[in-house]
Amino acid sequence: MASGDTITSSEYIQHHLTNLTFGRLPDGSWGIAHSAAEAKEMGFWALHLDSLLWSAGLAVLFSYFFYKAAKNATAGVPGNLQNFVEMMVDFVDDSVKGSFSGRNPLIAPLALTVFCWVFLMNLMDLVPVDLIPRIAAEIGIGHMKIVPTTDPNITFGLALGVFALIIYYSIKIKGVGGFIHELTGMPFQTSNAALKPIFFVINLFLEGVNLIAKPISLSLRLFGNLYAGEMIFILIALMYGSGIAMGLFGGALQFVWAVFHVLVITLQAFIFMTLTIVYLDMAHNEH
Amino acid sequence: MNINLTLFAQLISFAVFVWFTMKYIWPPMIKALDERKAHIADGLAAAERGVHEKELAQQAALEKLHEAKQQSAEIVSRAEKRAAEIVDEAKGQARVEGERLLIAARAEIDQEANKAREVLRTKVAELAVMGAEKILRKEINAEAHKDIVDSLAKQI
Repeated sequence: MASGDTITSSEYIQHHLTNLTFGRLPDGSWGIAHSAAEAKEMGFWALHLDSLLWSAGLAVLFSYFFYKAAKNATAGVPGNLQNFVEMMVDFVDDSVKGSFSGRNPLIAPLALTVFCWVFLMNLMDLVPVDLIPRIAAEIGIGHMKIVPTTDPNITFGLALGVFALIIYYSIKIKGVGGFIHELTGMPFQTSNAALKPIFFVINLFLEGVNLIAKPISLSLRLFGNLYAGEMIFILIALMYGSGIAMGLFGGALQFVWAVFHVLVITLQAFIFMTLTIVYLDMAHNEH
Repeated sequence: MNINLTLFAQLISFAVFVWFTMKYIWPPMIKALDERKAHIADGLAAAERGVHEKELAQQAALEKLHEAKQQSAEIVSRAEKRAAEIVDEAKGQARVEGERLLIAARAEIDQEANKAREVLRTKVAELAVMGAEKILRKEINAEAHKDIVDSLAKQI
């Protein structure tokens, strides 16, 4: 609501859905976009500063507390922080042991990072939608989206990281030939030499879709859930401008939605972590 | 919904944070957890061992107690036997001693009686001699008739 006194609902929503974008401005200089249209103009060579800073900030927060706990970790009686961190580590370790059959020292720390980070980024959704953008507006920052997981770039970034690991481990464990065989030799198999090229193409298509679907589904699920949740918070926030009765009703709705969202936030973080583990387990296993 | 460079920036920060977690957070935490697990397992094992040892010790103590009781009973019975023996011995000794004393006393009594009889005999002889002297004052010389008095005294 920083862009003027009289704005329409769609302008309000549009405003809330615009990132703080750094890129090439229409006049050729580099700077921060002033409107959604300007941000769109910047094309690929632009950065969503808010998403990046909030996600990095939350990751630093996570790293700080967990590092503090890890540095002072003792086998003796744990303090409060260590207790909490141990609980998380134990939980992730159990999940990894339950879903991942191989031995890889990367998987468990990866799962822990994914779970905590996604959870923290999702958690930002529970901050009232206008609070931080309003503060940002007061200090002269026009756009501020504080939930990084409602930015597809962020979820795709995470999913791409996982995807890269899937490819890397598939090739590392099975070799290039094994990986190609996995992509082309299944699900249709034949000993007929004439049919082989046809099956090769069909298999490559099916398995290729299967492979590509992993990062896409991973990121879009998270993004979709959080984007929808954020959207509903924004729509509820619109009610506050329409009188006391609607405001109170909106307040009640926001509370209910927030309570429900606590579940969504945790669940999405958990699903993201579990799928990461499962996909990497599949990459480690020969079929 | 613009896909842009943010994606790759996020990818890089993802890699950095995973690396950080893997390097600095996960190993010490897992180490601490494993250490505690080992600690607890040790403690439980030690507790179990302690219970077992306690049972053994109790059994040993019971055995010792039993043994001691047996020994003490044996000692008591032996002592009782010995005491009875001592009493018997003492009784025997006392009897022997008593008999000895009795014999000695009898002998002494006999001796005294003999002595008294001797003295009496002498006295009677003297008395007889004195009586005879009184009667025969003039005719009998004590010295001249000593032989006769002596033989008389001997005959008494």
